[in-house]
Parts: sequence; structure tokens; C-alpha cells
Amino acid sequence: MMHANSAGARNPVYRRRLWAHRAGIGLSILAMVVGISFLLWILAVLVINGIGAIDVELFTKTTPGPGSDGGGLLNAIVGSLLMVGVATLISTPIGIFAGLYLAEYGHESRFAQVTRFVTDIMLSAPSIVIGLFVYALYVANVQHFSGWAGSFAIALIAVPVVVRTTDNMLGLVPNSLREAAFALGAPRWKVATLVRLRAVKAGVVTGVLLAVARIAGETAPLLFTALNNQFFSTDMNAPMANLPVVIFQFAMSPYDNWRELAWGGALLITFSVLGLNILSRALMRQTSKN
Amino acid sequence: MQMTTSLLQETPTAITSPVTIKVTDLNFFYGSFQGLKNINLDIHEKKVTAFIGPSGCGKSTLLRTMNRMYDLYPGQRAEGKIVYGGRNILEEGVDVNVLRAKVGMVFQKPTPFPMSIYDNIAFGVRLYEKLSKGEMDERVEWALKKAAIWNEVKDKLNKNGLSLSGGQQQRLCIARGVAVKPDVLLLDEPTSALDPISTVKIEELITELKEDYTIVIVTHNMQQAARCSDYTAYMYLGELVEFGETDNIFINPTRKETQDYITGRFG
Amino acid sequence: MRLSKASVKLSAHASAADKVPVSAFGIPARWQDFLFHKITFVFAALVLLVLSGIVVSLVIGAWPALHHFGPGFVTRVEWDPVNDEYGAMIAIAGTLTTSFLALLIAFPVSFGIALFLTEICPPWLKRPLGTAVELLAGVPSIIYGMWGLFIFAPFFAEYVQPLLQDTLGQVPFIGALFQGPMMGIGVLTAGLILSVMIIPFIASVMRDVFDTCPAVLKESAYALGCTRWEVMRKVVLPYTRIGVVGGVMLGLGRALGETMAITFVIGNAHKLSWSLFAAGNSIASTLANEFAEAESGLHMSSLFALGLILFAITFIVLAAAKLMLARLSKAEGTK
Repeated sequence: MMHANSAGARNPVYRRRLWAHRAGIGLSILAMVVGISFLLWILAVLVINGIGAIDVELFTKTTPGPGSDGGGLLNAIVGSLLMVGVATLISTPIGIFAGLYLAEYGHESRFAQVTRFVTDIMLSAPSIVIGLFVYALYVANVQHFSGWAGSFAIALIAVPVVVRTTDNMLGLVPNSLREAAFALGAPRWKVATLVRLRAVKAGVVTGVLLAVARIAGETAPLLFTALNNQFFSTDMNAPMANLPVVIFQFAMSPYDNWRELAWGGALLITFSVLGLNILSRALMRQTSKN
Repeated sequence: MQMTTSLLQETPTAITSPVTIKVTDLNFFYGSFQGLKNINLDIHEKKVTAFIGPSGCGKSTLLRTMNRMYDLYPGQRAEGKIVYGGRNILEEGVDVNVLRAKVGMVFQKPTPFPMSIYDNIAFGVRLYEKLSKGEMDERVEWALKKAAIWNEVKDKLNKNGLSLSGGQQQRLCIARGVAVKPDVLLLDEPTSALDPISTVKIEELITELKEDYTIVIVTHNMQQAARCSDYTAYMYLGELVEFGETDNIFINPTRKETQDYITGRFG
Repeated sequence: MRLSKASVKLSAHASAADKVPVSAFGIPARWQDFLFHKITFVFAALVLLVLSGIVVSLVIGAWPALHHFGPGFVTRVEWDPVNDEYGAMIAIAGTLTTSFLALLIAFPVSFGIALFLTEICPPWLKRPLGTAVELLAGVPSIIYGMWGLFIFAPFFAEYVQPLLQDTLGQVPFIGALFQGPMMGIGVLTAGLILSVMIIPFIASVMRDVFDTCPAVLKESAYALGCTRWEVMRKVVLPYTRIGVVGGVMLGLGRALGETMAITFVIGNAHKLSWSLFAAGNSIASTLANEFAEAESGLHMSSLFALGLILFAITFIVLAAAKLMLARLSKAEGTK
């Protein structure tokens, strides 16, 4: 006689399991909905409050003094662009070279393993502490805040991002490609740069873009390095206006026009950062197609 | 004992054809695992030598000792002698990069570099020679013709190497290996990733190339070895079971193991 | 131009015999690889150098305060710039409270999102939603701060806080957490906003962790007739347990160091109180609010001491998280 198990829709054990399943799935969907709703709420608020501030004046006038009307964010925008630009110029070569070291020699030396570990930790380290470090190292010695100090601080935040991405990307290159270059008698450094690095060019660029997106929105490290500047200035050796700190100061102020400008600045930063992230994704997808 | 017998068998030919690479008492280790046991054989100049045998018998391992490719991986080591150009290349002081420029390799998977077709060929040449633009153009054309792919790519030398089909990419890699004018070409299962038509083209290429280069080919396809090679080495479990002229190996093998493998009774 | 076979053979022989590597940038070939190793090494060493530099500069800056107040500095509940009396307890309490609150809420929500993305989500929705979550992880934290201050805090004060006080506030013991004036800003609000901020981050990490579970393992469970929820709970979760913990700790590490999301709403009060409704301070927000105007050496040094403590806590948490995540990938054989 064939032994049939008692599985079936009416089985009480099964019914209980089914309910547990439904409850679990339901909670998971709820979590998704709640999480996404909050985040959409934030973005919606940002757009609603910030869109009113977006006009030509935002980009042509400098930040208004306390009590004065109108104004724009020109000096802050320029300052941010300058500092992010300088920081990118500093951090990209350092990050790529360090990433090259980790990818090429990372499996052979203890030092490389430790460095990789430390880099990963620095990725999530508190950015305000970086600001403290740069202050102690530089600002306290030269006795004034400056755009250079601010760039240096955010460069320190960008470097681990570039190192990590470069290292990961280089690791994706198949061994057979490396071996083919070695088989021609190429020296190790040429295999590493002309062949391996070149194969993942786009990925490395993506890493740089992600680093820029990350530092564009950083406020804390600038608070005691670049500080802020009420007037328009491109002097990197003096306190430099920048969007995040301006937003910080204006948002908590009692003046209406200041608060409006803060929302406008927030909108600008957010969409620049989102744009950079989307761009780097598109770039990644383009290259993985090859 | 039996290996010495087979070596004695092929001595008459050895007198007429000089030996480019002489392997003596070669042992190879992956960590504590021994991949090659006491290998002794000669690679003859401007002849095609094939290594055959079932998967894992050590034929690729043996091939990769000849250009010290295993150096890239710590934990792999070789003991014994491989004499090329009057020197034991397994010794400490040997310049490995220069060795690899003289003993080239083509891999199972086509590996075009992420550059234009022209640059793929020029890459290896630029490592050791300073050529003018005109001279380089000539060399690139020459190499691509040698690999029987010139007509297909002459109008798109600037296109990326990855834009070619699999068979074309492999011929590009062969052209790249030939362009630096090595003494020896090591081919590691060069057609196993290709379709039958490309395979035929490459086998024809090998027959032409041996006029200028010494060729060693690893293949898991016995018929390919029978078609293309002058000498064949049958390997099993890291040992060299039998080595001799291809005709002898296939028509009149000395060892039963060889006979079993060739007739398909085993492997 | 055609080269005759003879000349080819001749030159072939000639060039194979005397191969000398081309020198680059005037550097002989023997030195090229050596220099490459050294140069890249220097750049990699820079990263370690920065880390040590941070520790050293923090210690040097903090020394006067630590020396003055002794190890008791860490537990002192006092922060009075006027009289130059400082202690770290208020700030530490604020940092820990907001971070743990944030994690308490963020963990189940992120878990649910990660579960949804890996198991429940229909394939056509997977990529857009997954991308959306990752993009949201990149929104600058100052945005969360502003949203918190202007939108969430008033909302919280008007609707949620009275509710909490009337219900949980009446329960003995726990009720103490919900006493006091309901102004919207405070430790609880800061914790909630922080949780919203780290949700996308933790969700992404968890999703990657869940993806490491091999399909064959899940299929074997399905083949026995397990429901999707059971496969998740009994197969995927146990397999990725270490990674999940690692991901949560990574989120904790981020939360501990977060400045802008909290500074707007934590209230900047130098008092310690049992009530979550009360204003407080975190280490990061203390630094953000006071550093630029710190006058006396002791004030500044105390701030450095706070920074040192924060760095130490964060470093330990992040190192532990990394080790756990590394154990997971070693187990699945990718590293």
C-alpha cells in the first residue's frame, strides 16, 4: 500500500505555517512602504520648500547680511565648487595609486591587508573628527581658517572612497588578461597600469564621481576649516563660503530670506549629488555591457 | 625505466633536429601537492610538439614552466632543469621578463587587451624595440598577415580588440605573440574555446608558423595532435608516460597506457 | 611593403637573441618594477599615516583637559563653559542614546526592506526600487536635519508626543522616559531622524548580505515545500547571520558619528535627563555648535577630548563590523 503523507490545504499545521508566512511577508511589505514613504516625504518637502528659492538671483547674488533683504548663494556655490574641485584633484591620484598598490601587492603583504582594513574603516569614520584633525594640524598653526584647509579636509574623506573603488575594480580583471601581458615579457608595472587599470578605466572614473558626490554634501569637516565667508571671494587662503555651512547657519536663523535661501541651497546640493550618483551608475552599466 | 627506452627510440631524429628546450628531471609542486613527476623531454627546434592526456594530467602545468608563468603564484614551485639558450631557466638569476619575450604564450581564452587592434600588436613590440612609426606599421601588418587575419582587420586597425569575434580574437592574440619575434611559441589549448571553422584556420596557421618558430601545443583533442604535431608527449597523473615522433605514438605506441588512451579505451 | 622570407628569418633570429627591455622615463628596466612598488607603497602608507595622525592630534589636543580632570572626565555630568567645568557624560549619553534609538527602529525596517528586495519583489520592480534605496543613501545628512527641524519636529510635538505621554507615559518605570514639555526637539526626535537617515544604508548592506546565500540552498528548502517566509527565516537568515550583525554594526558606526542630522534637533542642552523628550547633546553636535567659538584652552581641549572618545568608540564598532563581514565572505569563499 502506498504511503501518502497528509500534506494538503486542510492540514492544520500547514494552515498555521501559511498564516505565519503571510504575516511575515505583510510586515516586510509594510516596512518597505513605511521606509520609502518617509524618504519620499523628505524629498517632497525639499522640493516644495526649495523650489521657491530657485531663480536667477540665487546664482548671481552673494549671501545677504543679517537683516538685509533678498540675496543669493553665488559665493557659496563658487566656494563649494572650488573646494570640491581642489579636493578631487588631490584625492584622485592618491586614491588611484594606493588602490593600485592594494590590488597588485595586496595578497602578498600584511601591510596591504592592514591598509585595506583601515581604508574601509575610514570610509565610515565620523567626518567631524576629520575636521578636528585638519584644524589641529593646519588651522591652529597658521592661525586662520582657509579654503585650502577645507579642501584638505574633504579630500581626506574622498581618498578612502577612491581607494576602495579602484581596488575593487582592479580585482575584477580576469587573471588570463594579466597573464597574457606577462607572457609577452611585460614588466609588472606595465601590466598593472597599461593593461589592468586601463581595462577598468570607467569603473575608476565611477569611483571618483561617487567620491565627489560624497564630499559635495559634507558639512561637518568644513565647520572648523573653511568656516564661511559672507562675501564673494576666490582667495583659497582665507575663509571660504560654501553651500553646506551656509545652509547650516541660515537654516537655524530667525530671518525669512535666510531660511528660504537655506532650502534653495539644500535643493541644489541634493540634486547635484543625486545627479552624480545616477551618472556614475549609468557609466557602470555602460561598461559592464562590454 | 620505460621513459628512457622511449627517449632512446627517438634519438635518431634528435641528431638531425637541434633541441631548443631540454627538460631534465622536472618536478613541480602546488604547495604540497606534486603536479609533475620527473619529466624528461626535448623540444625540437622549428617542430611542433604536442602534450596530450586526460584532464589534470599536468600538460598545462608543464607548458607553464617553460615561460615561468607559475612565478606569479606564490606556493607554486618547480625543481629540476629546463635548459634554454644555454641556461637553466629555473635558476634564481634569470631575467624572467626577457625569457617571456623569447618564449611567448597564447592562452585558451582569447585575451585581447583593452586597446585598439594596432596597439594590441604594438604593445609587446614596444617593450623591447624602439621602432619608428613606419617600422611599427610594417611590423603590425606582418604579424597580422602571419596570423592570417590581416585581410579581415586591415580597415579597422583602430577599433577595439574586443570588437572582434572569438576566432578572430584568438588569431589576434597569436599575431600579438608572433609580432615580438620569439624563439618559441607556447599554445595552451588555443582552439578549445573556438568554433570548428576557426579551429581549422588556426591549425593551418600552426603548420605554417612552424617554419619560423618552435611550437609547443597543449591539447585535449587527440586528433588535433595527430594532425598538427611532429612530436607528441602523452602524460598521465603528472608523469610523462611516453614521448616520441607523432607517427610512432599514434600508429605504434610502445606503452599499453598510451595505446589505451589513443584508442579511446580510457580517458 | 613586403619583407622577403629570408630577411624575416634573419631578423627573427637576431632580435630574439638580444632582447633588452625598453627603458621608461629614462629609468633602466631593472629599476622600473622596484620603483613602482615603492611609489604605490608610499601612497598606500599615506592612508595609515592619516589614521595615526588623527589619533595623535586628538590625543595632543585632548591632553590638557584629560590631565586636568583625570579619567573621571568620562563620567562627569557637567558642561559649563562659563565656569570652565567640563565632563563627557552628557555628550556620550546623547550619542549613545540617539544611536541606539536609531538602530532600534532602523533595524527592523531595513531588514524588511532588504527581505522585500531579495525575496518578494517582482523582477521588474527590483532594479528601480533597489536603485532608489541606494540613491537615498547618498542624500546629504544636512537635508535630514532641516526636514527634522522644520517639518518633523512640529508634527511630532503636535501629534505623537502627546499620544506617547498619555499611553506609555503612564506606565510605571517606562513612563519616566516620556515626561516633560513636548517641544518636538529632543533626544527622541533626534534618534528618529537618525534612524530614517541610516535606513537606506543598512538596507543596502543587508540586501548584499542576503544575496550571498547560494540559490541551491534556498531551492533545497523550497523543494521540501517551505513557504517563502520560512526559507527566509530558516535558511537565509542563519546562513547570513554574521553578515547581518556586521551590517547593523556598520550602520551603528555611521550613526555614532553623524553630525548634521542630529544637531538641528537635539536641542543643545547641557543637561542629562531621563526623559527622551528632553533636549540633550551628542558629541558630534557639541563639537559642531561650540568649537568655532571656544575661547579658553580648557574648553577647546575638552572638545578635543570628546572628539577622541567619539573616534575611539566609532573605530571599535567599525572594526568589529568589518571583521564580521569578512568572516561571512570567507565562509562563502569569495575572498
